[in-house]
Amino acid sequence: MTMVFGIPLGVLLGQLLLGLINGAFYALLSLGLAIIFGLLRIINFAHGAQYMLGAFAAVLGLNYLGLNYWVALIVAPLLVGALGMLIERGLLRRIAGEDHLYGLLLTFGLALIVEGCFVKLFGVSGASYPMPELLKGGYNLGFMFLPTYRAWVVVAALVVCLLTWYMIERTRLGSYLRAGTENPKLMQAFGINVPLLITLTYGYGAALAAFAGVLAAPIYSVTPTMGANLLIVVFAVVVIGGMGSIMGAIVTGLAMGLIEGLTKVIYPEAANTIVFLVMVLVLLVRPAGLFGKET
Amino acid sequence: MNLFQKTASTILATSLIASAAQAQLSDDEIRIGYLADMSGTYRDLSGPGGLEALQMAVEDFGGQIDGKKIVIFSADDLNKPDVGASTVRQWVDERNVDMVTGLVASSVVLAASQVVEQAGKLALISGAAASSITNEYCSPNHIHWTYDSYALANGTAKAVLANGGKSWFILTADYAFGHAMEADITKVVKADGGSVLGTVRHPFPSSDFSSYILQAQGSGADVIALANAGADTVNSLMTASQFGVTQSGQKLAGMVVFLNDIHAMGLDVTQGLMLTTGWYWDLNEETRAWSKRYEDRFGSKPGMVPAGIYSATLHYLNAVKASGSDEAQAVRTQMMATPVNDMFAKNGKIRADGRMVHDMYLAQVKTPAESKGEWDLYKIVRTIPGDEAFRPLAASQCKLLSQN
Repeated sequence: MTMVFGIPLGVLLGQLLLGLINGAFYALLSLGLAIIFGLLRIINFAHGAQYMLGAFAAVLGLNYLGLNYWVALIVAPLLVGALGMLIERGLLRRIAGEDHLYGLLLTFGLALIVEGCFVKLFGVSGASYPMPELLKGGYNLGFMFLPTYRAWVVVAALVVCLLTWYMIERTRLGSYLRAGTENPKLMQAFGINVPLLITLTYGYGAALAAFAGVLAAPIYSVTPTMGANLLIVVFAVVVIGGMGSIMGAIVTGLAMGLIEGLTKVIYPEAANTIVFLVMVLVLLVRPAGLFGKET
Repeated sequence: MNLFQKTASTILATSLIASAAQAQLSDDEIRIGYLADMSGTYRDLSGPGGLEALQMAVEDFGGQIDGKKIVIFSADDLNKPDVGASTVRQWVDERNVDMVTGLVASSVVLAASQVVEQAGKLALISGAAASSITNEYCSPNHIHWTYDSYALANGTAKAVLANGGKSWFILTADYAFGHAMEADITKVVKADGGSVLGTVRHPFPSSDFSSYILQAQGSGADVIALANAGADTVNSLMTASQFGVTQSGQKLAGMVVFLNDIHAMGLDVTQGLMLTTGWYWDLNEETRAWSKRYEDRFGSKPGMVPAGIYSATLHYLNAVKASGSDEAQAVRTQMMATPVNDMFAKNGKIRADGRMVHDMYLAQVKTPAESKGEWDLYKIVRTIPGDEAFRPLAASQCKLLSQN
């Protein structure tokens, strides 16, 4: 068998594919963070909690209301998005324009409260979510067994990421959004409702996190801390890509997934640290991130 | 000697005299401290449930010994050794706590038990896994009650080997506990003529195990052993199920799996899994009756750790009553002299190294069709006699043994 880096090619391909799947999650989560940072200049530490809320909404919806996976995929993001809009209206708006630190502390505090309540209510073992019938099973690719659900995750995440990118970069609404990022005062003078735009943006960011949460529910154990564990890596991804850069977040998310996947075969002990190592290197060479604009 | 040192030594001397002059039951109260993870990864293993079991034990005992009240303190150790040690330090220094129980994360236990030993108190460890607690870290001031990593690895690995699983691949959590477990498994597998084809050490904690499961699958081993715990084990098992590990003929062996883990994952994912447990709620009439009472109070069936806390506390209180003292060594001697006979253990005995030896159970997770209720999760395949389950004294490095 062909060997690459002393590893059989088949194994390497399998690991790269898995890396791509994880990368899809990173991309989806870091995209939400990037959008929120872009317009609100808020480092949304509640993102992990919103991801967790999405997963729990799916579990609770199924157990108490009998809502199936496909309904949850739509309803959970809507619910969490609405909650996000309330948070923006009620809390974040009050500290708009203040130092980044206030937004960070506020959202971090919110995340701790929400996670604490969920630990109290559901414990830490969490819950399991059944795999939807349609996506059970898998394909034998020859070099590995690919569960259908994982393939679906990549497709769903990429489609949502690209739609978001298209909406922001190619539509009129997106152009308002980008203009609002550049100069909110001028936009308001043109008669655009910037506060509404901000509320919707935060809501959309939160909804993206919840969407990722529903996608994760059938493959990872749904626990109150599932988001907190992932969030730090996702932040590193955003920093590497360049804070606020949409395409940067998507591409970096996928790339980090791949790099992490490779690390897991070559030197598994470092799998949790490799992303941060890359972050340090990128910050040394390009302080604004790979896709960020130097200011 | 400066002023500070003088003052410190005076205080020390006074407190030594004071403790020597203490009455048989200090402060006219029996004080028990409950230290556990109340909010993190190991919360559901013991946490508030363990505290409930402790309260049940105290209530069942009548809440007092010869008119002396039994008082419980409890604290969250956050799974941090420094927090655990300083909490216990405060308990023994300021509140004169006589006994500490709960004690879940092995790292916290090793730190806290040093404080207990220095203060000359007693620790009854129920939650922790590390078998080193009664081996290289054994102490005259603690007793390890419910289970340990040696018994789990030994019980499960032997059973899987006997069922034909000869070649092994080990998935190890990359920290002290995982390494110890990996060594224990390797020893058992090699002793019984099996072989270890490979290991992979994953960072602790990890959320995505697909890569490691794929490597384990690729190794072609008969058995994939999970030398990890808690959420790591849960995620490993779920991933293995999605990647069709069992369908392709490989077996999974979870080394540290608790009732709450199986309950959280559900039987679809876990069916057929072999595991070793120190106790199960559905063993006999007595365990069922106790578990029913616990469930009525707490809302879920107890795992082995709360049951162990109940058993250890009752045994302790009986010993305090019998010896008429709460002095640690007097109580320990009395506890060792009395066999443990309750709903948790039959004829359990406490060895000189502090290990409470009792029967362990080899269990297999039921299929959804076999299960008759939410908590009907295990079938007991075999009772492992205590002397076979735990590390024999002959193989122990405990310093207490050589002194005799």
